[in-house]
Amino acid sequence: MDFWSNPVKAAGDWLTGVFTGWGMNADVAHVLVAFIGILLLITVVMVLDIFLVWTERKIVARFQDRIGPNRLGPFGLIQPFADIIKLIIKENIYPIGVDKVVFNLAPVIMMMSVLLLWAVLPLAPFLFGVDLNVGVLYLIGVGALGTLSIIMAGWSSNNKYALLGAFRQVAVMISYEIPMVVALLIPTVLSGKMGVNEIVKAQDVWYIVLAPLAFLLFLISATAELGRAPFDLTEAESELIAGHHIEYSGMKFGLFYAAELLHTFTFGGLIAAFFFGGWRGPWVEQVPMLGLLWFLIKAMIGYWMFGWIKYTLLRIRIDRMLDLNWKFLVPVSFVLLMFVALMNALLRDTNFYALGMFLSNILFGWVTLEILRRRSRREREKVEGLTPVVEAGH
Amino acid sequence: MQTDWIYIGLFLIVGALIPAAAIIVSTILAPRKSNPIKESTYECGIETVGENWVQFKAQYYIFALVFLVFDVETVFLFPWAVSLNQLGLFAVVEGIVFVGILMAGLVYAWRKGMLEWA
Repeated sequence: MDFWSNPVKAAGDWLTGVFTGWGMNADVAHVLVAFIGILLLITVVMVLDIFLVWTERKIVARFQDRIGPNRLGPFGLIQPFADIIKLIIKENIYPIGVDKVVFNLAPVIMMMSVLLLWAVLPLAPFLFGVDLNVGVLYLIGVGALGTLSIIMAGWSSNNKYALLGAFRQVAVMISYEIPMVVALLIPTVLSGKMGVNEIVKAQDVWYIVLAPLAFLLFLISATAELGRAPFDLTEAESELIAGHHIEYSGMKFGLFYAAELLHTFTFGGLIAAFFFGGWRGPWVEQVPMLGLLWFLIKAMIGYWMFGWIKYTLLRIRIDRMLDLNWKFLVPVSFVLLMFVALMNALLRDTNFYALGMFLSNILFGWVTLEILRRRSRREREKVEGLTPVVEAGH
Repeated sequence: MQTDWIYIGLFLIVGALIPAAAIIVSTILAPRKSNPIKESTYECGIETVGENWVQFKAQYYIFALVFLVFDVETVFLFPWAVSLNQLGLFAVVEGIVFVGILMAGLVYAWRKGMLEWA
């Protein structure tokens, strides 16, 4: 085995050897090496986050027919660094009646909940924090920390609008967590594994082919979970000013902002890992580190997709949003889960497994849409009466 | 197995320290010039009327209760999903019955008007 087939393990082994050579206990050396690895990973993720600010601004500028930041450095690349310096030297303002401990803890927990997702995200065949055997469950558990942070921020700010925004956002986040969990159960059913890296390894056929509806379900619920338009109720600028982080300024606001962008990118990575084959791509068997490139490209496409959704669609009213979740997504997601499990058990050992799964998903989607269409027609007739509507101009 | 969770524990510590460090650095570098107007509650420039503590509707907690039922259910579904390939068709039918019972609960809550945000 040469260095390039698994550089992370080789570097880790070498470093452990160096530490034990200094007369250190082997266990302590392992923990120290893991600590250095974590520090490196988090630093790289934070630097990536800085560039995400730039990417986000460029994307929104293009969608709104502008150029975006272009003054500082080539293509405005140094702009985010200037922003960070500005954020750091801004004054810390504590409004009257703020609970200081909770107020300061909220942005830290927000950022932490996002960073913790990277612990199990496989970047390349051998490049991941840790391959937990309960990876999917861990992702859901850690993701719920973000909800806690929002309620902490809203409650401690001593501001009506912050509290209202936090309450609304939490109601939305816990509601949309259910279809998201069910959408993540479908890759688990298909692969029979809960570890994220094992799910990636099991994807000889990308799961977007085997379960396109699960991907759609995950995309919708993830958008709500991220609190981005059309589900950006917490930041409904025209009603609530800024929602839970209204009283935050300087670096603390910066942490909320950075956490949101990194969260979006992480969800792009999760979409890549669960539905688009993660690090899988051409020549990965020969050069494992190439997996990192494929993963980043796929995650970036996912990130861009979230941006596309955000800057195209309009905000939805909260009662309609919760209706969409509880009266449509939750029942449909559970029926879909059982349907996929059934089709998987029936078609598993046949030759047309992939094709059968794809077609059955299409059939399921068509039937669902047909039922919805019937229902909405009935509702419309109830309102408008049975007479056909004559359109103007005919 | 155990080392995995030690790793997660380390990740938690580092993941909390780095954002905390950003706030601490900012506290050291930032100027301190507060005055009562700067510290007042921010509401689009208009002064706050009445208490800052608003009451929120009780409906909110019913959503939380329904959520709790389904969240616990999904925890039960994960072991089922992992071992499905070994257990075969019968396990799928069992899963359908399990979810069917919970769906009846959802329909009941729906009929009772518990899912209306009004």
